[in-house]
Amino acid sequence: MEIEGSLARVDFGFSAVREVDVSLVDVRVGQYVLVHTGFAIQVMEEQDAQETLKLWREILQAEEPAPDKPGE
Amino acid sequence: MVLTTAFRDKKLAEEILGKIREIAPSEPVKFCHVCGTHEWTITHAGLRSLLPETVSLIAGPGCPVCIVPAREIDEAIWLAENGVTVVTFGDMFRDPGTEMSLAEAKSLGADVRVVYSVRDAAAMAKKEPGRQFVFFAIGFETTTPMNAVEVPRAPDNLSFLVSHRLIPPAVDFLAEMEELELDGFIAPGHVSTIIGMRPYRRYPKEYGMPVVVAGFEPLDLLMGVYMILRQLDRGKPALENAYTRAVSYEGNVKAQKAVENVFDVVDGAWRGIGVIPGSTLSLKEEFSRKDTRKIHDIDVGPGRDIHPGCSCHLVIIGKISPRECPLFMKVCTPERPKGACMVSSEGTCSIWARQEEL
Repeated sequence: MEIEGSLARVDFGFSAVREVDVSLVDVRVGQYVLVHTGFAIQVMEEQDAQETLKLWREILQAEEPAPDKPGE
Repeated sequence: MVLTTAFRDKKLAEEILGKIREIAPSEPVKFCHVCGTHEWTITHAGLRSLLPETVSLIAGPGCPVCIVPAREIDEAIWLAENGVTVVTFGDMFRDPGTEMSLAEAKSLGADVRVVYSVRDAAAMAKKEPGRQFVFFAIGFETTTPMNAVEVPRAPDNLSFLVSHRLIPPAVDFLAEMEELELDGFIAPGHVSTIIGMRPYRRYPKEYGMPVVVAGFEPLDLLMGVYMILRQLDRGKPALENAYTRAVSYEGNVKAQKAVENVFDVVDGAWRGIGVIPGSTLSLKEEFSRKDTRKIHDIDVGPGRDIHPGCSCHLVIIGKISPRECPLFMKVCTPERPKGACMVSSEGTCSIWARQEEL
């Protein structure tokens, strides 16, 4: 929501807003953060989730490689 | 929000389970995770009951509270009994030392305070400059960077009783324990957010052990299981990432640097396991005035980790399940825990006990 120095105000949903230390990540207002004991440890965007789902889809739909060929 | 809801989707769960059944081997296989939150998801989402009978998931030493040796809790209690204010996380508060827990020490008059973050400990110390504060710093790689940030900037009256433990040396220990007969590792999500994938590279190579990093939603774990099965099916153990939305190959380099600047890696004891080489951290020489063990003459004995009858040491390494312990839900319950695994919300016994109550 806003960032000042190493501190950010983060919206946790359900009307909860908390102060989080962001000195371990490079983040800008509007991005999602993964928070552990009051510190952001990772920046995430919706696109990252879409990419994980896309990767899973590829794995689930992958054809079995022929026995004499290397895997993916 | 797609960041969570998509990973609980029933239709996708059924699809992954279908693929798991397709390639599940006829001989039993055993996969181990080392994360309390993984165990929580597996148990609460009932994943074990959904998997084919030949695929079993076991919980390794993934609870950062359970594996702290009693001696280090005795140190914290000694400090609290000698006029120092000990600040720690809620689960640590009830973890049994040799004679008692910090909670019991508090009930006898010691000043022990529970916080959510090391930042709260720093704020308390600033507010009361006349008191000596100790932060009992526990946790795996997910928690070490926070203390690495806080140590250099902490007020003079706050020192750190460092009881961190590192995950890769514990994975080494499990991989080398032949009697566990593990067929694959599910690597922890948020530890890997920090350390990245590189520390796991050697397991497929040296031990022929598949490793898949997985997140914490039910589908993350199912996908992790499928990816390990796929590696076994193809006879090609590898390191793969099912949690790309939170874990990169490099990990959080900023956090890794912060830890390297403040801590040295040293040997350390794990409750119920013994000493694992290079598995814990100690503050560097330049931060010795923040090192509780250097500024206080703590006087405690060797400590007793496992109380008579308790099987925590076997549960911690996944050798037995909680139900195989004779005390489980008989004399050892979440309300009256006998061992560390029943105390912490991340302990395997506690998670299983609460699920049985549901």
